[in-house]
Amino acid sequence: MKRYFQRKLLIYILTFFLAVTIDWLIPRFMPGDPVQTMLSRAQLRAEAAEVMYGYYTRAFGLDVPVWQQYLNFWNALLHGDLGTSVYLFPQRVADVLRRAVPYDLFLLLPSILLSWWVGNKFGAFAARHKWLDNTVLPVGYILTATPYMWLGILLAWLFGIVLGIFPIAGAYSFAMRPHLSLVFVADVLKHWFLPFCSLFLVFVGGWAIGMRNMIIYELEADYSHYLEALGAPRRLIRAYAFRNAILPQITGLALQLGVIVAGALVTEVVFSYPGIGYLLLAAIQNQDYFLIQGCFLFIISGVLLANFAIDIAYVIVDPRTRLGMTGEST
Amino acid sequence: MSGQKARSEFVYFALRNKKLRVGIAIILFFLLLALIGPLLAPNDPFAYINPRGAQPPSSQYWFGTTMFGQDVFAQFAHGLRATFLVGLVGGGLGTLIGVAVGFTAGYRGGAVDEVLNVLTNVVLVIPTLAILLIIAAYLKVRGLLIECIFIGCTAWPWTARAVRAQTFSLRSREFVDLARMSGRKSWQIVFGEIAPNMMSYLLLVFILQFGGAILIAATLDFIGLGPTNAISLGLMMQYAVLWGALLLGMWWWFVPPGLAITAIVGALYVTNVGLDEVFNPRLREM
Repeated sequence: MKRYFQRKLLIYILTFFLAVTIDWLIPRFMPGDPVQTMLSRAQLRAEAAEVMYGYYTRAFGLDVPVWQQYLNFWNALLHGDLGTSVYLFPQRVADVLRRAVPYDLFLLLPSILLSWWVGNKFGAFAARHKWLDNTVLPVGYILTATPYMWLGILLAWLFGIVLGIFPIAGAYSFAMRPHLSLVFVADVLKHWFLPFCSLFLVFVGGWAIGMRNMIIYELEADYSHYLEALGAPRRLIRAYAFRNAILPQITGLALQLGVIVAGALVTEVVFSYPGIGYLLLAAIQNQDYFLIQGCFLFIISGVLLANFAIDIAYVIVDPRTRLGMTGEST
Repeated sequence: MSGQKARSEFVYFALRNKKLRVGIAIILFFLLLALIGPLLAPNDPFAYINPRGAQPPSSQYWFGTTMFGQDVFAQFAHGLRATFLVGLVGGGLGTLIGVAVGFTAGYRGGAVDEVLNVLTNVVLVIPTLAILLIIAAYLKVRGLLIECIFIGCTAWPWTARAVRAQTFSLRSREFVDLARMSGRKSWQIVFGEIAPNMMSYLLLVFILQFGGAILIAATLDFIGLGPTNAISLGLMMQYAVLWGALLLGMWWWFVPPGLAITAIVGALYVTNVGLDEVFNPRLREM
C-alpha cells in the first residue's frame, strides 16, 4: 500500500508542478500586454499613461526578471496570494474566487455523487432484466450523448421560458440580498434546480450504462457460474457481482473528472450561475489573465484533490491494494 | 477457407443485430445530410439573406432564420460537415496516439512503461483548456483542423491505458513468445501478432473517440474557443445563447444543432454496443 501511495503522490506532485507552470505561462506568453490593454481602455493622456504603466507593472510584479517572476509566483501561490484581477480591479483574485467557490461545491458535489450512486444502482438493477434493459439502455445512451449545454438550454427554455416555473439566470433573485431566511433559501434552491438537473441527467446515463455492462460481464465470470451451480440465490450472486463491478466505476469517476469539469463549466455559462465556470468565461472575454490563472489553479487543485479522494476510496473498497497487490488501479 | 467462414459469420450476426442496424442507419442519414445538405442550401451560412430577421421554419427557409436573417439550415448543413470532420480527424488522431503509447508501454514494459504511465496520468489530470487558451490567444484565426489536432492530442490517455492493459495480457501468450524466439523485430511482433488480435477492440475504441471528439468540440465551440473562420454545431448554439434566442423563444435556432449532435453521438455509442455483441459471442442476446 505504501508503494501504491508513493507512486500516486509522485504523479500528483509532478502534475501539480507542471500544471502550475503552464498556469504561470498563461499571462506571460500571451501576445499583447495585459497592462497596456487595460490602460488603452482608460484613455489617458500620454504622460499619465506612462506613470500608470509603471504603477501597474509594479503592482502586477512584472518589473523583475522572468525567473524571479516565476519564483515569486510560487511564493505568492503558497501564501494563498493569486494576484489582482484586471477585469475587476482592484479586487484580489483570491477574493473573487472565494465568492464563486461555494456555488460550485453546492452544484457539483450533489450532482456528481448523486448521479454516480443512482446511475450505478439503476444500471445494476437493469442488467439482465429484459424489459428494463430495453428501456433504460436507449435512454442512457441518449443522455450520455447529449452535449451538456444543449440539455441546459433545452431545460432552461422548457421550464424557464415556455412553462415559466423556474428562473434561468443567477444563483438567487436580483431583488434579494443574501441572508438566512426560508424565503431566500427557497429562492436559492429554485435557481439551483435546473443547472443541477441538467448536470445530473447527463452524468447519470453514463454511469448506468457502465454499470449495466460491468454487471453482465461479472455475471458471466466463473465465480458467478460457480455460485449458481451451488444453488445460491440470485440476489446473492448479484450482490457479489455488484461489489466487483463497482471498482472500475470508481476508477471511471477519476477518469471522467476532466469531462465533468468541462460540463459544469458550460452548464454554468448557460444558466449564468456565478461559479468558477461563469467567472472563467467572463475572464476569457475580458482577457483578464490573472483571473484566468486563478480559475485554472482552482480547477487543477480541485481535480487533484478529487483524484486523491478517489484513490483513498479505492483502497478502502478494494482489499487487494491494501495487501500490497496492485489490483486493478495503476 | 476458415477466414471466409468467419467473415460470413460476422456479416450474418452484424445484419441480425438490431442495435448495429439502427446505429449505422442514423449515422448514414446524417452523413448523407452533411454531404448533400450544403448543395440543397445554396446560401452562405453567414450571409444575411432574410431582411426580416428571425423567422420560424417555413418552406423558403427550412429551419428558419437567425436573429440576423441567416439561413439556419445552411449553417446546420455546413456545421454537420465540421462535426464529422472533427470526429474523424480528432478522434482518429486520439486513437492513433493512444494506441501507439499503449502498444509501446504494454509491450516494452519496465522503465518505458513507467515513464509513459506517468505521462498518461499527467495529461489525464491537467486541465487541457489552459493550454488551448494560450494557443487560442496566439492564433487569431483558428481553423477547424487546429481544433481537431488539439482534441486528438489531449483525448488519448484513456485509450492508451486500455490498449496497454490489453497488450500486457497478450504479450505473455505462447504465439508471441514463439514470434520473439524466431527473431522477429519488436514492431513486427506488435503489428503482426498482437494488433490483429485486438483489431475489433481498436475499432470500438475509435468509435468511442469519434463520439468523444464531437462532444469535446461542441464544448470548446460553446465557450468561444472553437474555429473562428468556420461554422459548427457548437458555434450555432453559442451564437443562439449569446443573442438571446432562449428569451425570445427562437427554438429553431438552438434545437437542431444539439439534436444532431445527440443523435450522431448516441448512434455511435449504440453502434459500438452492437459491434461489441457481434465480436463477442458472450454478449449476444439469445
